[in-house]
Amino acid sequence: MASTTGSNGIRIAIVGGGLAGLAAAMKIAEAGHAVDIFSVVPVKRSHSVCAQGGINGAVNTKGEGDSTWEHFDDTVYGGDFLANQPPAKAMCEMAPSIIYLFDRMGVPFSRTKEGLLDFRRFGGTKHHRTAFAGASTGQQLLYALDEQVRRHEADGKVKKYEGWEMLSLVLDDHQVCRGLVALDRHTLEVKSFPADAVIIATGGPGLIFGKSTNSMICTGSAVSACYQQGAKYANGEFIQVHPTSIPGEDKLRLMSESARGEGGRVWVPRQAGDKRGAASIPEKERWYFLEEKYPAYGNLVPRDIATREIFQVCLDGHGINGENQVYLDLTHIPSETLDRKLGAILEIYEMFVGDDPRHVPMRIFPGVHYSMGGLWVDNDQRTNIPGLLAAGECDYSVHGANRLGANSLVSCVYGGFIAAPAAIEFAQNVERNGADGSKIYDDELKRQQEINHTLIKQPGSENQYLIHDEMGKWMTDNVTVVRYNDRLQATDAKLQELLDRYDHISLNDSNMWATAALPHARQLKNMIELARVITLGALNRNESRGAHYKPDFPNRDDDNFMKTTIAEYSGEGPVISYEAIDVTLIKPRKRDYSKGKKEEGSKVAPSVASQVDGKLKSEAAASGLPVSDGATQMPELGWDANKPNISNPAVWNTNKEEVDRTVFGEGESRREQGKAIEDAGGKSDKL
Amino acid sequence: MSTSNGNPDTRSLKRNPPKLIEMRIRRRDNPDSPAYWQEFTIPYRPNLNIISCLMEIQKDPVAKDGQRTTPVAWSMSCLEQVCGTCTMIVNGKVRQSCSALIDQLDQPITLEPMSKFPTVRDLIVDRTRMFDHLKQIKAWIDIDGTHDLGPGPKMTQDEVAERYAYSRCMTCGCCLEACPQYDDNQFIGPQAIAQVRYMNMHPTGVMSRDERLEGIMGDNGIQNCGDAQNCVRVCPMSIPLTKAIYEENRETIIHGLFGWLKR
Repeated sequence: MASTTGSNGIRIAIVGGGLAGLAAAMKIAEAGHAVDIFSVVPVKRSHSVCAQGGINGAVNTKGEGDSTWEHFDDTVYGGDFLANQPPAKAMCEMAPSIIYLFDRMGVPFSRTKEGLLDFRRFGGTKHHRTAFAGASTGQQLLYALDEQVRRHEADGKVKKYEGWEMLSLVLDDHQVCRGLVALDRHTLEVKSFPADAVIIATGGPGLIFGKSTNSMICTGSAVSACYQQGAKYANGEFIQVHPTSIPGEDKLRLMSESARGEGGRVWVPRQAGDKRGAASIPEKERWYFLEEKYPAYGNLVPRDIATREIFQVCLDGHGINGENQVYLDLTHIPSETLDRKLGAILEIYEMFVGDDPRHVPMRIFPGVHYSMGGLWVDNDQRTNIPGLLAAGECDYSVHGANRLGANSLVSCVYGGFIAAPAAIEFAQNVERNGADGSKIYDDELKRQQEINHTLIKQPGSENQYLIHDEMGKWMTDNVTVVRYNDRLQATDAKLQELLDRYDHISLNDSNMWATAALPHARQLKNMIELARVITLGALNRNESRGAHYKPDFPNRDDDNFMKTTIAEYSGEGPVISYEAIDVTLIKPRKRDYSKGKKEEGSKVAPSVASQVDGKLKSEAAASGLPVSDGATQMPELGWDANKPNISNPAVWNTNKEEVDRTVFGEGESRREQGKAIEDAGGKSDKL
Repeated sequence: MSTSNGNPDTRSLKRNPPKLIEMRIRRRDNPDSPAYWQEFTIPYRPNLNIISCLMEIQKDPVAKDGQRTTPVAWSMSCLEQVCGTCTMIVNGKVRQSCSALIDQLDQPITLEPMSKFPTVRDLIVDRTRMFDHLKQIKAWIDIDGTHDLGPGPKMTQDEVAERYAYSRCMTCGCCLEACPQYDDNQFIGPQAIAQVRYMNMHPTGVMSRDERLEGIMGDNGIQNCGDAQNCVRVCPMSIPLTKAIYEENRETIIHGLFGWLKR
């Protein structure tokens, strides 16, 4: 296969062809360099298509006094003060120009009467800040990038390896990334691909939980491979769960919360194990557990409370037919009303379940939806492995402990736009001691081929799909909504047992041509290793923050845990440590949406920032980059020059004072705290 | 999203559920080997779709006759009918298998790979040529660069709504499978023509309109449409494909007649 070459011989590999990967590819190709894109599916079929709600950017077209600073404040506040603030700020500053760029690329964004972009309100903000294209914004944004990248492909700047799955990185003796090894999923050919820098943009790891709202390609496998080769994985325990998803035998699909908003009632049979159909269960034998437990809010309790309660009643055996399902009942509302207010949503339910929710209660369950955690990156999307960068859901930056609705699309594009110039800068300056054909490529290739051969040859008694199911069930039951330390410990023990049993799987397919068995086996190992990172990260974090909730530690604990969890692979499993975060711009404060946002926190910040030595340069590099410099923007600083300043004692002390002042009162109920998550967690709901 | 999901009344089937789901699957081990039919049975459960049945077979691939066999290979990604990956022929009709619900299908259920594309294995086909068509018609807006140049051109919501309908095309290939004229690249097909329409409706896109028109005026061009109108009937996204063909046909004729004046 002929590889493309750029004007000065630089070639950058991008793994993953979703929004983040294509954003980076477009920037690199535009700057005149060659790009190889590796994707398990044709890039136009990436998971980004599933995002529905919209993309955030503070343009203040409604005259509400919105600003990128407000967006930034909402983002770190919604993220429960776990995000490093400089990249979050840079993202919010870039957001308006990202939306305008997509507008120029032809995305059919909804319009106002004046013909300008329309913006709507989303969770976690008081401003109309979300641009949207019907109910398929992610699809439209991905297609726009797909079109632009195809243009560069037609010009010979981009080469796509669609149907190729990354197996591992090629690292030299100094742990510098020199390329990757990938598998052709049809021929099972394994090949080394030299690259001057590699950008990982492979999305989230939803399949670790068995069923999730993620696409079936979202295994986190490539990310886990990087982790096992020395990349740090950060905040793995922060997994966002959507309260109302439609359980399917194959996957979960989102059901908008507006169904509850329009009067939907959540219930289960009062008698655990009641096998009767919904219609045969009389009113008094139905348990409207949300209405009973929360008389004030009823079914409209905040998102996280709804999630936890639904989860708990099923764990206690009250789920429909003993399964993880509860009823979301709209049948008491006239059909005409439902059609008018919820038509599009009911159509989706009908399409995938086949029941008419106007007459049959819907069955729903919380579903794993998004990973805030991911590969550790610095403010320029660079991992700790030189030459390896990450962007999109697979990196940990920006979202903190909980992602704000409609921030996922903007973070993907932002990550790609920052990673691209950083990758070019590295590629231009790296010493080329790892030339084509050198030993490191052959060695890594052989290592991967041997793993494949072993898997193909070994006779085993274990079934890889049953191991996957078992992992998914353990992870869903114990490492999602409600977390207890003993159950987390048991889950990690189970994961280690699964790793042992993994060594005895047989592939179950004698035809190796285009088999799913070998790729899945490779993914499964990586998923189990990453599951341990998520589980042990949760075990070690003895507090509740954002999406991470432990009944035994119900409050946020800034003194001990306002830190990034870092997992590093020891060869045996994850080693957990912590890294202080950069909260120099907005002082952490209590997250409470029942009152207005406290102004003081967000107003003092700029002056604080300017006092912090060393921050300004990197921040300017990060935030100023894409806004006005066009395609040739590049950070001026070297690889190590602007690592986040995370250990400045002055910074830490300043914030600690603020934390002490705003520590939660003892009498604070989870409901009040949780209110935050409902609003802040507003996600890509169906319209 | 389309509601064309076959028979909407599933309640009768659910009242008298069969004990087993019977499937006949048209298989092929690799592109060079012959196709053959194999039957499978899966224990009935309510609310299954085609994908979950294939997953069951994958876990323990045993044919109906009790013979151990190889797992059936298929492709899938989003399972929400927005990525187009899992398209196949279900009971003779081309559609996405993720939204094909067992409770709405007559049994035995037959699954076949799309016939207009090369089979890779079993139900997997290679649709690369659809993406090649997008290159042929230059399906992109020629922006000056990705640097910040402010917002794009103003548009009315009506214009946006019309473009939005075309923007939903997920390159699934249903329209090509159903089109009697689409075979061996004799005809570029409705998918690409609709994208010409989509791009040419944009205020910036229209500036490169002629290049796109020339992309559909070659040997495999728009004139090969036989007006069977099958495409619009099978499109899962309800894209007005025949309208696009009508409009672009008109534009190519005008371009053919008067285009030389611009040179």
